[in-house]
Amino acid sequence: MAGELLVIGEIQSGGGLARVSAEVATIARRIGERAGRPVEGIVIGADPGRAASELVGYLPFSHAVSEPEAADHAAAAAVAPGLAALIAQRGLSHVLVGASPDGRDLAGMLSALLGWGVLVNAIDVGWEGGGPTVEMSVFGGRLLTSSTFAGEHGIVTVRPNAVVAEPLAEAGRVVETVLPAAAALPAVNVVQRVAEAGAAAPIEEARIIVAGGRGVAGPVGFGIVQELADELKGAVGATRAAVDAGWIPYAHQIGQTGKIVKPALYLALGISGAIQHKVGMQTAETIVAVNRDADAPIGEYADLFVVGDLFAVAPAIVAELRARRG
Amino acid sequence: MRIVVLMKPVPDTTGQERLLPDGRVDRAASAAVVNANDEYAIEAALKLTEAAGGEVTLLAMAPANAPETMRKALAMGATRGVLVTDPALEGSCTLSTTRVLAAALRGLEYDLILAGADTSDGGGGIVAAGIATLLGLPYLSYAAKVEPADGRVRVHRISPTGYDILDAPLPALVVATQALGEPRYPSLKGIMAARSREIATRSLSDLGLDGSQVGGAVATTRLTGSRAPAAREATVVVREAPAEAARWVVDFLAARRII
Ligand SMILES: Cc1cc2nc3c(=O)[nH]c(=O)nc-3n(C[C@H](O)[C@H](O)[C@H](O)COP(=O)(O)OP(=O)(O)OC[C@H]3O[C@@H](n4cnc5c(N)ncnc54)[C@H](O)[C@@H]3O)c2cc1C
Ligand SMILES: Nc1ncnc2c1ncn2[C@@H]1O[C@H](COP(=O)(O)O)[C@@H](O)[C@H]1O
Repeated sequence: MAGELLVIGEIQSGGGLARVSAEVATIARRIGERAGRPVEGIVIGADPGRAASELVGYLPFSHAVSEPEAADHAAAAAVAPGLAALIAQRGLSHVLVGASPDGRDLAGMLSALLGWGVLVNAIDVGWEGGGPTVEMSVFGGRLLTSSTFAGEHGIVTVRPNAVVAEPLAEAGRVVETVLPAAAALPAVNVVQRVAEAGAAAPIEEARIIVAGGRGVAGPVGFGIVQELADELKGAVGATRAAVDAGWIPYAHQIGQTGKIVKPALYLALGISGAIQHKVGMQTAETIVAVNRDADAPIGEYADLFVVGDLFAVAPAIVAELRARRG
Repeated sequence: MRIVVLMKPVPDTTGQERLLPDGRVDRAASAAVVNANDEYAIEAALKLTEAAGGEVTLLAMAPANAPETMRKALAMGATRGVLVTDPALEGSCTLSTTRVLAAALRGLEYDLILAGADTSDGGGGIVAAGIATLLGLPYLSYAAKVEPADGRVRVHRISPTGYDILDAPLPALVVATQALGEPRYPSLKGIMAARSREIATRSLSDLGLDGSQVGGAVATTRLTGSRAPAAREATVVVREAPAEAARWVVDFLAARRII
């Protein structure tokens, strides 16, 4: 039995498509070609139109499902039952979704509702012997594993930056769909959405991250981190030491109990590179570190290690970038 | 307030886990610690019961040597432990874990369940959402603040732009994060007291389940291989003065087509 593959598109705050969803769509298209299976997308939300039209930049077809409940309720529970019913009704075989907070919540719920297995945090997905093969980086990057589903079905959560999104030459089409009726899960009300100063795009999705640690020495130092991040069009990350000190919100923390990131560039300023931090960033394609201690552990796994004072080197990098830009 | 905390014994990240011939981690031979993210859930549960009275039960599905690790968590101040352990569970997939923990929770009394954001041994932060779904409980994830009151719970859920204030009736399942606060170190008194605290074990048949429904024999996913990642290239070390070092950095980024 060969079913279609489904990509769940996630709506960003602001209404557009989350970057990770374009990457997931790119992966799904590739394995769909290999498997000879069609791929479709779905975007569900109070206002799915814009994200769905962006998703068909990467897929030939996407559903847009208007779900008013998602506006003032926790999204995963509001959409999971109807989505599970649609998946069953259409006889779809596999679901791919970004390993974002909402994507994980939804994957867990769909797994329970459909009785399907889940392979998590994929860094690459192939297709072999009638099903997806999923590559994962586990134990803080010390091991790469390959896994498959035992049966015909499965759900895959995909890490941001697993691939570079490739748009289609010609955009696909969006169809407005209504989810089949299904027994609801308990509703969770959103009483208020609070915006905090300093919050930015999710760091998991950033292609370039400039991160600061204890060596940055305070909020003023994070100004320097931010300036370099802005110059590189990147996001700001941090170690737990910097978060615990209250210099930057927890949402920016990278590591074992923070976010796991896989950017093209990770530029670490005043970070020692402790194992609990390393597990969150060591799959970055390129690691550059600035540290005044030549023996800091990050020097053992950085690609480029500048031994020096970040308060002198970071502004010099900003100046050099500006000079070359002319 | 009766709180159940889902805690998983995991291989110590700072150690080196041993692999079995089929590529799975040899959990019996690897030193296990309490999953770091679950410690935040335990800490939050202890703070809540200290403020409002009540008790904290730790629930784990793990190999038979887990009580050793569970004692470390009991020493923080939890009331008791429940361990689901069964040879048939070896090689379980996350769907099995979800079903087994949900079945164990059906036999426990609680107002609130707390879980960690994910497990450090390859978990993807999905088990808790599945458990809430199977039990028909409100699910409130990524909590930076948990405030139960008058039969309801309010949670600050971390969002990309700040946080969302969520509200639902109890009983409910809440996913804890580090933002809830640093876990305490067990005191000597706590360590002594933990020795006599009960850790009840449950087999699959105690939960009304068997190996045809959950466990390794019916795993939905299969590990087909594992390997060490390619070694990174040697580090280029730069010790020049700032302006010269900055030129090195920018040249390096340009050569790798990052800028
Ligand atoms: C269970 C557990 C979970 C954890 N989870 C995480 C996690 O998710 N993320 C995380 O990051 N950590 C985590 N940690 C903490 C981790 O062990 C380290 O303590 C932390 O990463 C250290 O942060 P740091 O590198 O900023 O600070 P430090 O280790 O103090 O390093 C600061 C570095 O800055 C350098 N420096 C100082 N001044 C300058 C200067 N002017 N110019 C250049 N360099 C300078 C110093 O040489 C030093 O190497 C966890 C720990 C535990 C026990
Ligand atoms: N075997 C287990 N025993 C107890 N709790 C677990 C187990 N597996 C997962 N959990 C809980 O579910 C959370 C998410 O796990 P995971 O989906 O594996 O990342 C963990 O932080 C725990 O709170």
